Amino acid sequence: MRLSRRAQALLRGVVGLGLAFIYVPLIVIGIYAFNSSKILKWPPPGLTLDWFSKAFESESAREALLTSIEVGLIATAIALLLGTLAAMAVARHRFFGRETISFLVILPIALPGIVTGVALSNTFTQVLGIPLSLLTVVVGHATFCIVVIYNNVVARLRRTSGSFEEASADLGADTWQTFRFVTFPSMKTALAAGALLAFALSFDEIIVTTFTIGAGEETLPIWIFRNLFRPKELPIVDAVAVIVILISIVPVYLAHRLSREEGGVAAGKGAGAVETEATAVP
Amino acid sequence: MRREDDHAARNAWLVVAGLVAFMLVLAGCGSSSSGGGSGGGGEELQKLGKGEGQLNLISWAGYVEPEWVKPFEQETGCKVSDKVAGTSDEMVDLMKTGQYDGVSASGNATARLVAAHQVAPVNVSLVPNYKTVFPDLKNQPYNTFEGVHYGIPHGRGANLLMWNSNSVKPAPTSWNVMFDPKMAAKYKGKISQYDDPMSIAEAAVYLKYHEPALEIENPYELNEEQFEAAVNLLKEQQPNVGEYWSEAAKQIQAFGSGDDELGTTWQYQYFALKEEGVPVAASPASQGFLPKEGATGWSDTWMISSKAKHPNCMYMWMNYIISPKANAEVAEYFGEAPAQSLACDQTKNKNFCTEYHADNPAFWKRVYYWETPLAECGNGEDNCMDYNDWVKAWTEIKG
Amino acid sequence: MTTEAVAVKRPAGRRLAGLFHGRPGLQVGTLLAGPSAWLVVLYLGSLAVLLITAFWTVNSLSGEVVKGFSLENFESLVNEPVYREIVWRTVRTAVLVTLTDAVIAFPIAFYMAKVATRRGRAILVIAVLMPLWSSYLVKVLSWRTMLSEDGVINWALNPLGLHGPGYGLTAVWLVMSYLWLPYMILPIYAGLERIPDSLISASEDLGAKPFTTFRRVILPLAFPAVVAGSIFTFSLTLGDFITVRLVSNSQFIGTVIASSITNDLPFAAALALVPIVVMIAYLSVARKLGAFEHV
Repeated sequence: MRLSRRAQALLRGVVGLGLAFIYVPLIVIGIYAFNSSKILKWPPPGLTLDWFSKAFESESAREALLTSIEVGLIATAIALLLGTLAAMAVARHRFFGRETISFLVILPIALPGIVTGVALSNTFTQVLGIPLSLLTVVVGHATFCIVVIYNNVVARLRRTSGSFEEASADLGADTWQTFRFVTFPSMKTALAAGALLAFALSFDEIIVTTFTIGAGEETLPIWIFRNLFRPKELPIVDAVAVIVILISIVPVYLAHRLSREEGGVAAGKGAGAVETEATAVP
Repeated sequence: MRREDDHAARNAWLVVAGLVAFMLVLAGCGSSSSGGGSGGGGEELQKLGKGEGQLNLISWAGYVEPEWVKPFEQETGCKVSDKVAGTSDEMVDLMKTGQYDGVSASGNATARLVAAHQVAPVNVSLVPNYKTVFPDLKNQPYNTFEGVHYGIPHGRGANLLMWNSNSVKPAPTSWNVMFDPKMAAKYKGKISQYDDPMSIAEAAVYLKYHEPALEIENPYELNEEQFEAAVNLLKEQQPNVGEYWSEAAKQIQAFGSGDDELGTTWQYQYFALKEEGVPVAASPASQGFLPKEGATGWSDTWMISSKAKHPNCMYMWMNYIISPKANAEVAEYFGEAPAQSLACDQTKNKNFCTEYHADNPAFWKRVYYWETPLAECGNGEDNCMDYNDWVKAWTEIKG
Repeated sequence: MTTEAVAVKRPAGRRLAGLFHGRPGLQVGTLLAGPSAWLVVLYLGSLAVLLITAFWTVNSLSGEVVKGFSLENFESLVNEPVYREIVWRTVRTAVLVTLTDAVIAFPIAFYMAKVATRRGRAILVIAVLMPLWSSYLVKVLSWRTMLSEDGVINWALNPLGLHGPGYGLTAVWLVMSYLWLPYMILPIYAGLERIPDSLISASEDLGAKPFTTFRRVILPLAFPAVVAGSIFTFSLTLGDFITVRLVSNSQFIGTVIASSITNDLPFAAALALVPIVVMIAYLSVARKLGAFEHV
């Protein structure tokens, strides 16, 4: 689009301000992570690397991190399975209640987390009588992760014509072969991008988790929440946050690379079409 | 083909609808929240067995600290996992999950826990250190129900009036600096009030002293007129409140950064702030840390869950925490009066128990321990406001 | 590969796969079974149970739920002014946050989609996605310290004679606009990308000034994406209680639900119905506006 130089400069300015807005609080966290005082004072009186070493040493932090990764992986796996199934059903077939499914799938993420958390927790403990544990957390997470996968896959399937699957069937492949050799390869990048986003959602989730987690378990957000209220340990929390952000550069970059690949046959028109899937939001 | 799709899909939906209906029926007819098996809320342990290796506790901030937890873990092999709660409501809620073995409950939780069958009676013969607990902590209405012991006393203290000595002058001697609208307005936006219906009792304590016409005896037993007066006082305070705190660390941060300069607090925050060099002050020890009206306070009790998975470890903990050395450590760390009389010989500060009036029952008459408000007033009448009224009023007060 | 070769082998797996062939109904049925069982039974069922709970009451001392039908909770919600005020305050904030985010997100998304170079776009996408990976809690904590009396904001503004907003509703609006911004940027970016450059060129060729092109071509096409993003900013604000508690004193729907759960679950359930109803209405409108293609 042709914009005057002034308009471009103005736009760049706005974008710069926006990015500053986004990153200033993160930078502040970063600075506090090196803060030498235990109380969060600004400006920090001194700098130290102590908190980082304490973060690495902290057993509870490590356990919480591992738990978060575990929960994230399992929830994402479940979401991959169910989201793909639902997406395939909706994108490739017409049936009674099809519109409702796309509405239903989005509910867990459109309804506030506290509603989901309270409802699920109530069902687990009062109706089903099962104790809260990591399993219930996984169930809660998977429920809202399904929509992320679903959206990605549906968008991709809509883009690729169903005629390829028909052709495959005409050539004698049975359903499973068709899926394995035709449908799945075209979905791979959509699945990967969706999986990364779903994992990110699960990794950072606190509200539903608070209501569905068992007593002795901790995911990383729960650990952070618990330590937010231990004044003597606050900068460790910041240090952990900084470490997580730095590590996360890798998956974010991966997600972006995946979305750049033109996945499968008959990929959409326009440079950005493929990216719409990676950016299908939480 | 479309009809087949539709047909199968319709069937699928019917099955699903049926399952949902089944779930609703299950919810409606299933046994309600906690009651379930034992009507008496769990059985009293008869014999102490071996430790189960794990202990899950709910406690106030500063009650379960590594300093005394580690020796306990080494001694008994019970690995301690502690969940810090900020309010009694939180504690009651956590106990409902049935995943904790014990809780350090204040009086505004104990009655509710017992009524909800969440806690089991305590067999004090299995807790040897109980014998030497201060007598005025035993058989109290907040830890003994219908003659049955439901807990082991932990310690007690008064809620403090704390202020920033640089900004609040002259040093207050009365709660009026927080509750008298004219005086409170001076510190508008800098007042820190505890975010719990128990604050209504603080207003009631104030009114008991300053408006004797209301005839308030017990700040937890308020009839409608007294209750409304207290509630109105707090509504007038609301515009001046900077923060309703429910997490000790939040309050510490707020005072440390100057966001709050005046408020109700616990000794835990007071000492933490002093350690950091923040200029806070509270009513002096000579006044018993109390402003002239007296104050609300708490006397905490360790209770054992009726669904405790590690009852032996819990009993070991209850005995340990009131052992002279541990109770002394706890009391000095937090800044409260120990429950264990023998702890007074073990404190680092030899005058600790005197300063904290641990052995002075007369002092505690001016400290109104948190209690669960009930409709039955102590004087035989039945028209007092119950806890639900307090909770609803508290939401109204905050606006 | 010939059909004969396939027909000859036929192990069990193949036979099962063959069962699905030509039976789309069965395909649909199997495909649907997993997700629907999960979503509908577990999730909707939980919501349905919550709905029923709203009609129950609670024993005030023990906190036990009393399963008798009663409209008490709804009466409280409707009759007592404090709850009306709380709901209105929450919805108002949600609207403000949504509008703020839309205004901030659009230029950024537009730049990313239509103006930036390929490399610039890659960097920007990563830059926008990264904050999603930093902990929500830590971000709120960061704001809490920044807003405090001796925090960054006052430290920067005081020399100018100004004072930061401190804690309160302004802080809630500010922090939430911050937190949900990426959720607004991404769908708008995706939506803008889908607009073929040829359309924009055509509009320019027809003599439209950039602003007119923007107003009459880009904005209408991007609008569903904006609505899609708004679903999240609106819903996240509607239910949040952690941010509200950490940077303000105010009571929002989320905070009241969170604090009522302990001693009055039926009341919490009744109050929870408010955001559910609001969001379902919002979603229906959003769907009509085509937002579901962009979520």
